[in-house]
Amino acid sequence: AMDTDLSSQDRKDLDKFIKFFALKTVQVIVQARLGEKICTRSSSSPTGSDWFNLAIKDIPEVTHEAKKALAGQLPAVGRSMCVEISLKTSEGDSMELEIWCLEMNEKCDKEIKVSYTVYNRLSLLLKSLLAITRVTPAYRLSRKQGHEYVILYRIYFGEVQLSGLGEGFQTVRVGTVGTPVGTITLSCAYRINLAFMSTRQFERTPPIMGIIIDHFVDRPYPSSSPMHPCNYRAGEDNGAVYPSVEDSQEVCTTSFSTSPPSQCVFTVTKAHFQTPPPVVTDTLKVPVMGLAFSHQLSSSRLSYQPAALGVGSADMGYPVLFAGGLNAAHPHQLIGPGKEGGVPPIPSQPAHGTQADQERMCTPLDGVHYSAATPSSSEDTETVSNSSEGKCGSPHDLLETIFIRKVGAFVNKPINQVTMANLDIPFAMFAPKNVELEDNDPMVNPPDSPETESPLQGSLHSEGSSGSSTGNTHDDFVMIDFKPAFSKDDILPMDLGTFYREFQNPPQLSSLSIDIGAQSMAEDLDSLPEKLAVHEKNVKEFDAFVETLQ
Amino acid sequence: PCRTRCCAPPALTPAMNCRAEVLEVSVEGRQVEEAMLAVLHTVLLHRSTGKFHYKKEGTYSIGTVGTQDVDCDFIDFAYVRVSSEELDRALRKAVGEFKDALRNSGSDGMGQISLEFYQKKKSRWPFSDECIPWELWTIKVNVVNLANEQERQICREKVGEKLCEKIINIVEVMNRHEYLPKMPTQSEVDNVFDTSLKDVQPYLYKISYQITDSLGTSVTTTMRRLIKDTLAL
Repeated sequence: AMDTDLSSQDRKDLDKFIKFFALKTVQVIVQARLGEKICTRSSSSPTGSDWFNLAIKDIPEVTHEAKKALAGQLPAVGRSMCVEISLKTSEGDSMELEIWCLEMNEKCDKEIKVSYTVYNRLSLLLKSLLAITRVTPAYRLSRKQGHEYVILYRIYFGEVQLSGLGEGFQTVRVGTVGTPVGTITLSCAYRINLAFMSTRQFERTPPIMGIIIDHFVDRPYPSSSPMHPCNYRAGEDNGAVYPSVEDSQEVCTTSFSTSPPSQCVFTVTKAHFQTPPPVVTDTLKVPVMGLAFSHQLSSSRLSYQPAALGVGSADMGYPVLFAGGLNAAHPHQLIGPGKEGGVPPIPSQPAHGTQADQERMCTPLDGVHYSAATPSSSEDTETVSNSSEGKCGSPHDLLETIFIRKVGAFVNKPINQVTMANLDIPFAMFAPKNVELEDNDPMVNPPDSPETESPLQGSLHSEGSSGSSTGNTHDDFVMIDFKPAFSKDDILPMDLGTFYREFQNPPQLSSLSIDIGAQSMAEDLDSLPEKLAVHEKNVKEFDAFVETLQ
Repeated sequence: PCRTRCCAPPALTPAMNCRAEVLEVSVEGRQVEEAMLAVLHTVLLHRSTGKFHYKKEGTYSIGTVGTQDVDCDFIDFAYVRVSSEELDRALRKAVGEFKDALRNSGSDGMGQISLEFYQKKKSRWPFSDECIPWELWTIKVNVVNLANEQERQICREKVGEKLCEKIINIVEVMNRHEYLPKMPTQSEVDNVFDTSLKDVQPYLYKISYQITDSLGTSVTTTMRRLIKDTLAL
């Protein structure tokens, strides 16, 4: 009886609105947890592809995930769409932060006009969502992610599960929209107990079913896509993140662990793991990260080593799923964001010096970096061989040198190792995309992403030097005795205090002292004619080299 | 079309059928601007649409509203605003004047800034058009003075948390889906919307402020600024 009052056109429209509303909801939430400022441009002329008259970018991966989770269904009573936001530390422990729920209840509003009022109210609800996503605690956490933790998202469809949020979680309602078939409700339940430095024993439980996988994100679309590029202002305002980022960022964060294992956050409870909702197996938990680590993005898969988690490999559903997924599921490789026209550039601002060198060795097409530490399981070795070892130097080295801090920590922890996706096709990123196309689906065209620099990179820099000493010599004060904190002075002949004193008063460089300087200068002058002769002999080689540069 | 000055200044007491919401914040002097902008922008985000383009047969299409994140410098807070430089400028101008007035008032630093949404109702000559408010947002501000850096740091966080609450409050109100002006025909659009901006179309609004005197009982200095009219061509 419910549907008889609604014309079939209205019903179709309503279903479409709800579907795209769900997809846009996911985009807004995930983009709000990327760790970057989002900026889209207003356009006075309607483009026809901006649903709900709002410029909300579509990250193709995210749409893909959402569609997978929905599997052609719409939110209905008892079937809610949930976006779970969680945090994962570099130690591998994770914690659910928020669950955003898009639910439908039975309260119908028969009188309401679908194509007009419902549509506008859905638009208003999305605006509310934009506002609310910035005021829950996870927003600030997500803006600071990258060093010690990353923020991940997972989409599932079915019953809402709030048990992972800990005690005393709070709920905020974003809004509701009545429709002739039910009332749409959007809300967020968020954890308030963010005890990172909890000294309680964390449970080493296996990770949630959702797994980080790579996505094959290609850019076959011409640059005349109707979506607007995001940069409203040049400079630090970045575009939303583009095909890309949602992939395993384990690599980046793990190397920065500064917290000893005891300061970890507990993981998902066992109950959660053991009774996943039926549809969850297909959903993926993907990290939400900014562009800073685009060069890492191709390091797709995360392989949890049982040893690191203290759980026998038999208990881990993870590697099994994983191995199966490697070949069975989409062997998609993630590429970094690229300029319009699709060649992913190497990030211009590497985290550290040596990484820069490593990266410069790679050709631009190697924006698809196969960064992986030495995998320990055999099924991964074959994929390693497909890697860019010839191109980017040893993947292991790449990882080690990308994040100089805590390299030791990185190397020792097998959990940080990443295996590579199985990618047989070279330049696979340019191969045609094979996801389902809907004829009238405006979501199909991904936005073109301009190259952007993530503020995350900036933060990487600024925070990366926290290890450096701020040893300012105060000229006003005379140092009587220097007892550096945390230094032992009974073990090594050169203790920290001695070192500090010595480096404060370094000896003169030999090349700067006058006699020696004068002497070597004379020698240099003498040897000049000889050197010139040699160079003249090789002039052809030099010319050839110059040619190559032009 | 002649541009008449809207007759009534924003009501101190809401007119009939005008929804009124009051928010209160206590901030440090240097936080006033950002806090006000955060609230005003959040309200206007919900009360702006894309530009209307009327086609024949009374149908219209709507442009696209972009949004952007704004980080506050003096408050641990971030908010979303509509991507429109014109709108941002207008709000900054109003808030700047409010802040200056607060500073110059020499009183305890109390005042309020109001954002009123209204509809124009054309009257016959010689009567000027009526402005009928339908929603009034008032932000009461109490400026505090802090003694040291530690207090300031705490204030940064506290005000940030308070603003989060305010955003949630605003969204709650917006979600009530109470009265909104009917979507106008082309001839009526300027009576409902501010069509002067090039990229977005907020409902007609005006911003005004008052500084409370030290007694807090009655308003001795009332400064009204009709920003809307200032910006009108």
